Amino acid sequence: MIKTDALIIGAGPTGLFTAHQLKLIGLNCELVDNLDKIGGQCIELYPDKPIYDIPAVPECTGEELTNNLVNQLKPFNIKFHLKERVDEVKKIDQNWEVKTNKGTVFLTPNVIIAGGVGSFEPRKFSPKECEKYEDKSIFYSIKDKSIFSGKTVSIFGGGDSALDWAIELSSKSNVNLIHRREEFRGAQSTVDRVYELEKSGKINLFTKYQLKGVRGNGKLESIDIQHDNKELKTLNTDYVLGFFGLIMQLGPIANWGLNINKKTITVDTEKFETNQKGIYAVGDICSYPGKLKLILSGFHEGALAARACFKLARPNEKYRFEFTTSSKSIKDRLGIKSD
Amino acid sequence: MSKVTYIEHNGKSHTIDVQNGLTVMEGAIQNNVPGIDADCGGSMACATCHVYVKEEWFNKIPKKEDGEEDMLDMAFEPNKFSRLSCQIIVNEELDGLIVQLPSKQA
Repeated sequence: MIKTDALIIGAGPTGLFTAHQLKLIGLNCELVDNLDKIGGQCIELYPDKPIYDIPAVPECTGEELTNNLVNQLKPFNIKFHLKERVDEVKKIDQNWEVKTNKGTVFLTPNVIIAGGVGSFEPRKFSPKECEKYEDKSIFYSIKDKSIFSGKTVSIFGGGDSALDWAIELSSKSNVNLIHRREEFRGAQSTVDRVYELEKSGKINLFTKYQLKGVRGNGKLESIDIQHDNKELKTLNTDYVLGFFGLIMQLGPIANWGLNINKKTITVDTEKFETNQKGIYAVGDICSYPGKLKLILSGFHEGALAARACFKLARPNEKYRFEFTTSSKSIKDRLGIKSD
Repeated sequence: MSKVTYIEHNGKSHTIDVQNGLTVMEGAIQNNVPGIDADCGGSMACATCHVYVKEEWFNKIPKKEDGEEDMLDMAFEPNKFSRLSCQIIVNEELDGLIVQLPSKQA
């Protein structure tokens, strides 16, 4: 069990700056994020898109903003738990016991939810019966590619993940590549390679088709795909892979007894605390009268929530407001030598 | 103001006066029309404001920009009348526009 002054859920810009604020006032914290990288929506949805409304930064991309925020955390030693999703939050005396899907357990007086629109999860196939085969014959990510050797694999999607796996698996498997339109959005060299492999018979290409149904008896046997013009085709297949990107889902947060309205959590504007003492919500996921879904608002909300955490983490100490320009203790925390 | 009709997957219809210049997505969100999530807030970075434009209206709407079609690859059950409603700006010429909503956004 990991004991910490505050646990931050979500490593997007708001979560990162909130961590900075906590460390600055002398509290320790850890971060959990379901993505495999730091940066949240900035990295997953728009790494290359320019942002123009970060104070004092005329223009930067989502990736640059993330890198700068991570740099700002460099003086501090903060543990990130990536690829983990918080599943359970339970009150134990004065603390919250927080469990992730990987079995990590935290004990903390403060939980700060900086979860954006929720955790990123793979988009799944629409036919209901696909659930039955999930993680057995239908996958949305690949952990062990050796299982596909000598088998027929049907890959759906038109981006780099779908194309890369189609190319990779075509050397040892019989590969069907199915996409809902004729254009692919992968890198040109990757797309060219796919067409070459199609010509040499290594990849069977089906464009303007989507998955309509799956068939099997405990074990997946075949799939039905439908053309734009409604024509149906049945393909025998051992495995199906879907690469449709990620979606955001509120997920388990909905079960923690918080006031949730339209996928956002109601908070006060003094501490950004929810209806549960010691649980705060900051950034896009929180709502209050006048809330703006801007990154700069998340920074403000995180700064205030961090101060509120102090009270519960250090009940016998008094929080003193200090400026980074003049405080010796803050400079010590930042590792800056003062004269 | 122009009238936009949103038809939910279950057939329930909502006709809304949407201010010209707003997007079809904003018209839905501001008037609590269920079925459009718009998780990314209109930056064409998700596909949760996906609609099917009624056939007779489809060609009257300005064509998709680069990127919208890529994003529609991620939508739930897209078809040839699929659009992202955050990319359709309401104007007088679209008065009477009808869009149908998918059974879910994700």
